[in-house]
Amino acid sequence: MAPARDRRTGFSRRRQYSTFLGYVLAVAGAVVGAVLLVVSTFNPPAFSALRMGVASLTTPVATGLDVVTDAVLSVPRAIGTWFRVHGENADLRAEVKRTRAILTTARTVAYDNRRLRALLAVRERTPEPVVTARLVGSTASSGRRFALLNAGRLQDVLPGMPVRGPSGLVGRVLETGPIAARVLLVTDPESLVPVRRTRDGMPAIAAGRGDGRVDIRSVNATNVRFAKGDMFVTSGTGGLYAPGVPVAQVERAGADSVVAIPFAAPDALDFALVERPFMPLPPSPPPRPAAP
Amino acid sequence: MIDRVTRNTIDYRPFEPPLPPGRARALPWGSVLGASALTAVIPVVASLPLMPPLGLIMLLTWRLLARFALRPWAAAPLGLFDDLVSGQPLGSAVLLWSICFIAIDLIEQRLVFRDFWQDWLIASGAIAFCLAIGRWIALPIGAHVDTVLLAQIMVSVMLFPLSARLVAWIDRKRGPAQ
Repeated sequence: MAPARDRRTGFSRRRQYSTFLGYVLAVAGAVVGAVLLVVSTFNPPAFSALRMGVASLTTPVATGLDVVTDAVLSVPRAIGTWFRVHGENADLRAEVKRTRAILTTARTVAYDNRRLRALLAVRERTPEPVVTARLVGSTASSGRRFALLNAGRLQDVLPGMPVRGPSGLVGRVLETGPIAARVLLVTDPESLVPVRRTRDGMPAIAAGRGDGRVDIRSVNATNVRFAKGDMFVTSGTGGLYAPGVPVAQVERAGADSVVAIPFAAPDALDFALVERPFMPLPPSPPPRPAAP
Repeated sequence: MIDRVTRNTIDYRPFEPPLPPGRARALPWGSVLGASALTAVIPVVASLPLMPPLGLIMLLTWRLLARFALRPWAAAPLGLFDDLVSGQPLGSAVLLWSICFIAIDLIEQRLVFRDFWQDWLIASGAIAFCLAIGRWIALPIGAHVDTVLLAQIMVSVMLFPLSARLVAWIDRKRGPAQ
């Protein structure tokens, strides 16, 4: 490629000044970027209005593309199901037969549970769903694991609400715009979820790793052994997530900190359920009247 | 430039008016913004950061292939838009893309005659720099994304020739630089 001749500005003062100003602005841009970066490092929600404004424009497009992709992918899936329908029918019949006894036991246990809880007068809060929506996009080029939800403040989605799928916890809402919300997935490196082991209720923390899996760390005991296949559900500590939502399953046995695979695959999700925070923060107390 | 490129081909139209200057100048901006937005609207909830930063690749291609298509200060506003959709902390692309532009200017003063391979090398360096520093800014050191980051850099570097063809095509349609 031939060298750029434009650097020679000749005798025209106007060209000299405009070239110089261009370089001044280029350096100024870098300085402004550094300042913005410092501001957003120390105050991450600072520019959320701007971000979610843009997201409100991209979300409808992403939703449309999502619907189209789904429609295209449903064709091979439908064909596959058509061929497998007889085998699947037999499998399902066998499974119904197998699980009928367990179902009866479970019903009895559930009834007993209800009765005993009523006796103990435990106050139970059931999480209320806010809206079901789709995860339509994500930040696939950045290391942060955010997903884009196609529901926002107009659908009563507010920051801090937990998001779950049918198979487990997906994450929580971080920022909301008018018709879009940004969800922090449990696999994000800065996500922490308090969990407990289903087997014995041992408390632990599920911290995202950034590679689609989570780290399970024991919190208040040392030398804790984790077996392969240990299941972890949310413990309800902190009041954000309702207790008992499946989070992850341990991949390999280990001690103190092990890798686990989340139950919910956000990409395979048809619909995500946004719920109210399990125990919302109490309203701030009214200001004390001034002493007479 | 347009004469050299198309005079000998069968679809050479000597009297076709070029794009009006305003639109010709907006095209590079539009293509970079479009590439940034495309990264955000692809309907995949990725669990690994493997998607190449299309906006950055497009910007570097314009800068290296058609030097006067974008002003020297264009990196900052384009980076701002990319930050708004990419999930990185706001300001990281503004800073890193501006640094890339300044660095390419400095390289250009020393390396006046370049061919495509050198362009590719410069773009690879810039992409690796932006992705690595971007990871360092956005994520805690303990995050397990470094192998994936290497793969992402490889994919992005491999995408540069494709982007160069696309930019060359747009630039040819756009007409001579105004």
